[in-house]
Formats: sequence, structure tokens, C-alpha cells
Amino acid sequence: MSDYKTALAEMPSDAQARRRTMTLNMGPQHPSTHGVLRILIELDGETILKAAADIGYLHTGIEKQCEVRTWQQVVPLTDRVDYLANLSNNLCYCLGVEKLLQLEVPARAQWTRVMLTELTRINSHLVWLGTHALDIGAMSMFMYCLQEREEVLKIFEMFSGQRMMTSYFRIGGLALEPPRGWQKVIAKFVKTMAERIDFYENLLTGNPIWGVRTKGVGTMSLEDLLDWGATGPMIRAAGLALDLRKDAPYSSYEKFDFNVPTFTESDVYSRYLVRIAEMRESCKIMKQALEGMPEGAWQADAPHVVLPEREKMKTQMEALIYHFKIVTEGFAVPAGEVYQAIEAPRGELGYYIVSDGTTKPYRIHMRTPSFANLMVLSPMLENRMLADSISSLGSMDFVLGDTDR
Amino acid sequence: MLMTDQVKEMRVTKALEGALPGAVVAGKFEFNELTLEIATPRILEATGFLKHKERFIRLAAVTCVDRYPMEPRFEVIYHLHSMKRPGFTEDERLRLKCRLGGDAPTIDSVCSVWRCADWYEREVFDLFGVSFNGHPNMTRILMPTDWVGHPLRKDFPIHGHKYDYKNE
Repeated sequence: MSDYKTALAEMPSDAQARRRTMTLNMGPQHPSTHGVLRILIELDGETILKAAADIGYLHTGIEKQCEVRTWQQVVPLTDRVDYLANLSNNLCYCLGVEKLLQLEVPARAQWTRVMLTELTRINSHLVWLGTHALDIGAMSMFMYCLQEREEVLKIFEMFSGQRMMTSYFRIGGLALEPPRGWQKVIAKFVKTMAERIDFYENLLTGNPIWGVRTKGVGTMSLEDLLDWGATGPMIRAAGLALDLRKDAPYSSYEKFDFNVPTFTESDVYSRYLVRIAEMRESCKIMKQALEGMPEGAWQADAPHVVLPEREKMKTQMEALIYHFKIVTEGFAVPAGEVYQAIEAPRGELGYYIVSDGTTKPYRIHMRTPSFANLMVLSPMLENRMLADSISSLGSMDFVLGDTDR
Repeated sequence: MLMTDQVKEMRVTKALEGALPGAVVAGKFEFNELTLEIATPRILEATGFLKHKERFIRLAAVTCVDRYPMEPRFEVIYHLHSMKRPGFTEDERLRLKCRLGGDAPTIDSVCSVWRCADWYEREVFDLFGVSFNGHPNMTRILMPTDWVGHPLRKDFPIHGHKYDYKNE
């Protein structure tokens, strides 16, 4: 967080323009920032000369807290990093630690993970679509999107008992066995979701008002986006098919058949089209996961890491000892360092995990997509109209919890 | 050089060693990930070479690890990425590491190589107190401007810290 006055003084500007410019303080509580973000904007009439983001209002020190928790206790903290893509964060962390432990997770757990992270992507994109359309003035979209998101949250609740902070993926597999009858619920969801996406597109894609507000707005060249570190739908809307699910498959993504939608205009409208197409692809992946779900164990066969079944714990001595050891001191992870990156709904999510061989992480750094994507804010807003800033901001799809951690 | 033959034989190591002799101090290849330790004063040359000649066009992140009370205390980490796309060989990642002593830790900024280093270096400065030479705006980013100390250092307490919110 930078001081208001120093931040203003630091804003370089050409001396002549300085005399008739106005400084506008957007946020920290502004509906279009979707969280607590302050943007200092220097205006010449309706043109933005300078825009500077001021972040840190939601900094909660999650990385510091991770250092005093056991490895398994970190999982619920990762939920709170990006609260709209909690399972992506769980997955990334678990994959990283499993790499350090050299633990093989059973196919059924991997497929369930894929299915639920795709559901998370739909969840995140639905919230984005609703709020983005609300910013631009299409009020009803918000209600339609949240209606479908409610169904997603019900599925999360069915699997994990929690609607948002699910912590459903654990090191070594899943937290609970998938509930009875989940196939029916997922099948129904996939079917209705495909119809709903058509419905959203019916409302927005050909809508002339939507087009005027989004086409040709917030354009950025691919080189600039790469230089500023943007990933995810932002970069795919600029024509580069950068998707870690294809480039560096994890959790058996290589077994699924899906496309990486790209567009070349790199404006707000093409970012909307990319996300809509991604929701369709996610439905496709979920359908494949539903049809081909392998049978078998849902947790790794690693008694020193995975908590034993309740029944075994009450009847077998070894299970009781393992349970006691895992609960009291946790398990040790061999010393080493890994960087695990996955494709979260907003872009590349990377966990850099350092272990010193003890039962607690030595250091965890979260490379969150929102942090990098938000850096694009200044070049995207500058020398553009103020009215376009709202749709440009919305198209970046950042979550401030993800930015500030 | 402290590294196994496997690391010495890798393409990136050879290229770096050929262009900038002595820049690579050590290296390891674990969990299918290559880590090269670069001599701290030469980080700017090394990253410039890797971006322009070895096509590591993306900088995924910059971060830091505090090895307190060991000296040299700080490790500044750079995660580089070279993507799979026409003209690019494969999806390749590389981790660079630079060690810094605990007394006034300073390193050259790589903002001139990748602009996205801007916020990452500010974050490292804010949370670890490592300052970056030649950074355009070396100020705190996540913590309040009048905060005393650097929270992610290992000698910074996790509990008992009091902060009076200033009255603006």
C-alpha cells in the first residue's frame, strides 16, 4: 500500500497537462473493483493519463501462516487464497507436496480432481460473467449466473460438506469418498449447463449494446501481455494457446479430449468469448470424467501420510499409531524444492514449495494469476476513456484475495 | 562448479557457461526441475541472455527464501518459462537462484528484462527487505507504508505484533 500523497507525487506527467488534470480516487470500495482495490487515476477530461493500482488491502499473511502449520493443515489456507477457485488452489498445493513425497495418487482420485477443478472453473467463470455484465449494465445476467452457480455450490456441498471453502483435495487423494449418487447430479448439471450457456450467449453475444461496450475496448498486444506476465484467458484472447493443461499435463489431463479456445482480437469481447468457450470445454471434460471414471481407491496407499479409515483405527494397532502420529506431529516431507504450476480459471497458478525435511513447510510462495494479471492494469487503462475502464477492469477477472494473499 | 554431470550436460547450462563463463556457480536437477545458482552480481546479464538467446520469454515469478540464521541468508528465486508454440522447442522451466548476505541485501533489478518483475521485486522488498538496484519504484506493495520490519523473514514473530492504523 502506498501513501496517497507520495503516490500522487510519484505519478510522472507532462508539465503542461498537469495544470488541467484531475485526480480520481477509484476505490478502495468501488463496485467495479470486486474487492478492496484502489486505483489512482489521473484524468484529462475523460481520458485517463495515468492509472496506478494500490493493492494490499486484503493481505492476510497466508504465506507466513503456512510456515507454522503442518503440511496437511495448509490445505484449508490454500482455499482462502482464491475463494472463487478454491479447488484449483487445493490441487496445486497437493500436487506440489505429492511431488516432494513422490506419492502416486490413484486414478479415481485424479479423475475426481479433474472433474471438480473443471466445476470450479465453471463456478469462477459464472461469477465473473455475472458481475462483469452487471458492471456494464446487463443487470439480469447476474441473477441468471448466480442461479446456476448455486447448483455448483450444492454439488460442492454434496462432495465435501462445504459450499465454498471445500478443502476437498488432500495430500494423497481426497478428503472423503465421493458421495453416493454423484453421477446423477453431475450428469444433470452437465446437461443443463450446456443449455444455460446457450441462453447466456443468446442474451449477450449478439447484443448490440454489449458489443459497443466491449468490442475494441481494452486491447493489448500479445507481446505486451507476455512482458507484463499475464496468463489465462487474457493471453488466450490475444491468440496464444498457452494452457498448462495441454502444455504440461497434470492429474491425468492428458487422458481428456478438449480444445483450448483462442481468439485474436485481444479486447474485452474476445476475453468474454474465450471464457464462454472454456465453460463449454469444461462441461465436455466433466462429461468424459463422468463416463470414464475409474473404479478403485480414492486415496494413496501411504499410511504415513493418509489418515486411516475410522473402522481400521478402532480395530488395528498400526492404524491407531499412524493416526496418532499424523494428527499430533504430522508427517515429514523430504527436503527439497518444487514449483508446481496448474491452469487455474484465471491463469497460471504456481506453488513454489520448499521443505527442510520437517513436518512443516519451510517456505511456500504462491504465484497467483490475479497478481500478475493486475500488473497489466496501468498499460491497459492509460490513454483510454474513463468509461471503458470499467469493462477493461472486469475483463481482467482478478480476485483481490488472490492478489494480496 | 557444484553440480552433477547431468546438470553440466544440459543445454541451458552449457549455453550459459559458453556465453557467460563463471556466471553459473552451482546447479541441481531434482523432480524434473532444473535449478541454476547464478553469481549474484551477474544476474542481469544472465537473465538478459536467457530471455533473448534462450527464449525464456516469460518470467513466472520472483520470490525469496530466508535461510536465517545461515549465511548467506537470502535466496532470491526466479521462475523462468519457455513456452511450447511455433518456433519454440518445448514447454521448459528453469529456476535461477542468487544468494545474498543478511547485511543490507541488494541485487540488480531485472525489470529491464521483463517488465512483470516490477511488482514481484516490490513484494520481495516488502516482505523480506531485499532491495533491487535500478527498480523504478522500490516501495512497499502489500504492507502499509509505515510498517516496521519485513514479515516473511524468519526472525519476524508470527504473533504479538501490534499495529496502529494511521489516521489519514
